[in-house]
Amino acid sequence: MEPHITKVTTHISHNESLIFERSQPGRIGFMLPPLDVPESALDEIIPPQFQREDDLEGLPEVSEVDVIRHFTRMSTWNYSIDLGLYPLGSCTMKYNSRLNEKVARIAGFANLHPLAAEGEAQGALEVIYELQQHLAEITGLPGISLQPAAGAHGEMTGVMIIRAFIDARDGKEQSAKRRTMLIPDSAHGTNPASAHLSGFTVKTIRSTAEGLTDLDHLRELCAHGDVAGLMLTNPNTLGLFERNIQEICRIVHDAGGLVYMDGANMNALVGVARPGDMGVDVIHLNLHKTFSTPHGGGGPGSGPCCCTRALEPFLPIPRIVRTRSGSDGVESGTGVPARDGSVFKLDIDYPKSIGRVKAFLGNYGMMLRALAYTLTHGYDGLREATEAAVLNARYIAHGLLADYEKPFDAAPMHEVVFTDKRQARKGVHTLDIAKRLIDYGFHPMTIYFPLIVSGAMLIEPTESVGRQELDQFIEAMRAIAREAIEDPELVMNAPHTTRIGRLDEAAAARKPVLRWKPKQAATAS
Amino acid sequence: MRYIPNSPDERAEMLQQIGVASIEQLFDSIPEALRLQDHLNVPAALSEIDLLRKFEQTAARNQAASRVSFLGGGAYSHYIPTVVDHLISRSEFFTAYTPYQPEISQGTLQAIFEFQTLVCQLTGMDLANASMYDGSTAMAEAVLMAERVTKRSKVIASAAIHPQYLEVAHTYVQHAGIELQQSLYCTEAGTTLPESLSAIDDQTAAIVVQSPNFFGCIEDLQALGEKAHANGALLIVAITEAMSFGLLRSPGACGADIVIAEGQSFGVPLSFGGPYVGLFATRDKYARQIPGRLVGEAYDKKGRRGFVLTLATREQHIRREKATSNICTNEGLIALASTIYLETMGRRGVQEAARQCAQKAHYAARRIAKLPRFSLPFSAPFFNEFVVRAPVAASPLLDKLARDKGLDGGIALAGFDASRPDDFLVCVTETNTREQIDRLVEGLKDISTTKSPRHKAN
Amino acid sequence: MANVPENLHYSKDHEWVRVEGDIAVIGITDHAQDQLGDVVYVELPKSGEEFAAHESFGSVESVKAVSEIFTPVSGSVSEVNSSLNDEPEKVNKDPYGEGWMIKIKMSSPGEVDSLLTAAEYEDFTKAESE
Repeated sequence: MEPHITKVTTHISHNESLIFERSQPGRIGFMLPPLDVPESALDEIIPPQFQREDDLEGLPEVSEVDVIRHFTRMSTWNYSIDLGLYPLGSCTMKYNSRLNEKVARIAGFANLHPLAAEGEAQGALEVIYELQQHLAEITGLPGISLQPAAGAHGEMTGVMIIRAFIDARDGKEQSAKRRTMLIPDSAHGTNPASAHLSGFTVKTIRSTAEGLTDLDHLRELCAHGDVAGLMLTNPNTLGLFERNIQEICRIVHDAGGLVYMDGANMNALVGVARPGDMGVDVIHLNLHKTFSTPHGGGGPGSGPCCCTRALEPFLPIPRIVRTRSGSDGVESGTGVPARDGSVFKLDIDYPKSIGRVKAFLGNYGMMLRALAYTLTHGYDGLREATEAAVLNARYIAHGLLADYEKPFDAAPMHEVVFTDKRQARKGVHTLDIAKRLIDYGFHPMTIYFPLIVSGAMLIEPTESVGRQELDQFIEAMRAIAREAIEDPELVMNAPHTTRIGRLDEAAAARKPVLRWKPKQAATAS
Repeated sequence: MRYIPNSPDERAEMLQQIGVASIEQLFDSIPEALRLQDHLNVPAALSEIDLLRKFEQTAARNQAASRVSFLGGGAYSHYIPTVVDHLISRSEFFTAYTPYQPEISQGTLQAIFEFQTLVCQLTGMDLANASMYDGSTAMAEAVLMAERVTKRSKVIASAAIHPQYLEVAHTYVQHAGIELQQSLYCTEAGTTLPESLSAIDDQTAAIVVQSPNFFGCIEDLQALGEKAHANGALLIVAITEAMSFGLLRSPGACGADIVIAEGQSFGVPLSFGGPYVGLFATRDKYARQIPGRLVGEAYDKKGRRGFVLTLATREQHIRREKATSNICTNEGLIALASTIYLETMGRRGVQEAARQCAQKAHYAARRIAKLPRFSLPFSAPFFNEFVVRAPVAASPLLDKLARDKGLDGGIALAGFDASRPDDFLVCVTETNTREQIDRLVEGLKDISTTKSPRHKAN
Repeated sequence: MANVPENLHYSKDHEWVRVEGDIAVIGITDHAQDQLGDVVYVELPKSGEEFAAHESFGSVESVKAVSEIFTPVSGSVSEVNSSLNDEPEKVNKDPYGEGWMIKIKMSSPGEVDSLLTAAEYEDFTKAESE
């Protein structure tokens, strides 16, 4: 039974092995100019006991052509956003603009050393300052640090800020009684892990049958008097907006705690609503989600941390501040102030700061891209993107209702969750559906998250998908639902069209092979 | 908006199809009071032409980017072969995400497996992860790992470690019940002497040392490792200038238990401090305690080899608050850039680049040391960074050098250590020509012999 | 249908106990290994370590999940099944035999009386899955 596939799906193998298996002694892929200074004997400049012992044995020796072919072939084995819909819920796989890449590569940014004199890096500092302003406006939270390098890093920062605030407010003795962080049962795993890093213990809050935070349970937990804060995502990981958010914040604040918001789902809010207005105290953003900086196979990211004025003193240092030229003796030598006379400085005079969370100023290259994204969209485009993202998710939700179980009735925002309950009756599970979707030319959605939904399939199309492809996706999912009834084996043994089938992950975990070693067998016996 | 495929008309049709009256209705679940009535106070959209013009003008105010540079201190100017940027810009690499579905992510997974292998080879260790954010956070995570592995709560770090790395470590341990102490370094040699680790005892989880250290000096890792192990503590080695792997004895061969490094020297642009890539390697026996993602070899039913994210039970999405780290997104694309760099340069290229760095740096050091009233305050051997003591205050000297001679001659140490007003850190790489080095030397000589009103007597 | 041998005692955390004199042999049940999936790693304590009843003594990992394991009785560890290091799959193949995990020299042998019988455990797991 051949499905009517309207997308390119073939992944060509090319029989490409590891680079080490291509390597031949004597091949070179580089050419440096000859040494132009008088050469000393190596022993004279580096004592023998400190010299390399192994002649870098094992490092590959290949030509430039080898490298190009190697990686070009390997790249064809990947699915990517540029190929089509990448509906990973919670990841916001939107278009990665090439214009942003061009901006990041402008020599004046790309070649700038992080320890260059401030007066000679004014353009770079201005970019940070400007992005800070825009993100503060978008979140409604005026305090901001762009130093964290990823969402989890931003979370750690935000939770440490909460800890520092409470320690300062209550004094060491009292604050030691407040070491509980409340986290919903639907939360992303980084949340409890980050809480732990700040010395908190985690208590889980239940969700209601509607999929929202259980206010009664929240009140009950807050009544213990040991709550430092609540970490929540809004819209939550089920794609539902916590409409009681203001009440939630009130309950936590009344109990002496603070509210942290995981900003992973900001793609449903930009230009429409602001966390700061909801009563949230501190949030992290994911520039590699909402602000389209490229996912790159697992990073880099950037996880700015935004907070209220009350929490500002605790933000990481250094902070990027703006002064008027000459107004405070800034040594600017060759520095050229901005057109309005502003001069940007790094300021570390914040004695209450939680400290530095990363060397230098953060993932600067991602800040450039995020600023370019913001300015390319403008206030109109930012809102339009949010609207289109939510519409696309709602459209998919509507299209799949007939065939898949949607556990929560509420209208989803930018992502929607389904379960495999109906298909499981025939022995077909979420994993199988995901693998079969690959045969239809799509990257699967997020599976088995959030944990509170059995067999969860979390779908987030983002605004970067056209109606045709949404229809193709719905069509594919409906076809799989039919296959699950008529030919379950086909689904359970998927994928069938990839260069490699399902891998034995248990064997891989039992006897992990985490690196190549010489004379390693290429295939299993 | 050109990044949004569906036209307004298409969107209207879609709304109709799903029975929603208007775009506004999509946001019904957000209380009215919270919905913005006015548009965000951010600028109106810029066209591509205007956007590029704005950024070019802004970039033009970063004079340091186009100067001849001798800046090091944790970020290094090395030549990046053209193929690196070209290959990482392939859609399939840079617009893909974490390889959760291995069947359609083998490109990313295999590249990471090669990356892990290369990191093991360079560090001389058994296993390496798929990357951390950067060297500073990798070092902080190494400290946390040492506490987990040894179940001891004291860590001694050399004061000759990059000051920003030490700051980050302090931030990470502040609520972890770990006491981070600093050991002294010898002010003559510039290195951490084993004797200065007098506080090491059976409560010490690890000693942390950077080599070459912040002053560029090569530490005696073997001796420090022996001291650590004699007390049942781990040796954590941090490296900021990864190019040093090309010439110096591997930390693994010196007895390191955990090696972390900043990988930026391998194919990553300076980019004002990020994104960079943290390398993290350790011994096989600690495989289940290592933070970060790991890619392992795996086979399908037909015996075809592939690669897959493995040992995931260490990580936050499974182990949650008991995870080895909260890290999720790391530095995938940057790790790929480093992988391509290392494979392009290859064994002989890395050796040659490292050799040139060392030779040029020593040439520069010799010539500067001969300048009247200049000296090199530390006697320990170095790789490509060294401290210079000027006869005048270093900051104004370097300022003038930049303004008058168009050279960024080094990093004044006064900003990190007020007791070193005349010292500055010079870094030389394979990208600095002899002509540039000679200009640096002449420039320093010129400026230091012209007394300025702010000149300080030694 | 999970196997629930008659001659063993069971805990609500899905561990089994086989009493051999004053030694309690402990492992996880067939139901537990089935829920967990292919076991890839078992973290076990060292001989001599002491535990109170219901304290966690280790963990068992599959590819996508990790579960703590709790001792149903108090005492000190007399022996550990170190063959599980190389062959963790024994827990799946033979959970009550070769898949045993630790042996505890019981400090209060009477504790086994408060554990579940085979029938009680069967009822318990049925109720849990509803």
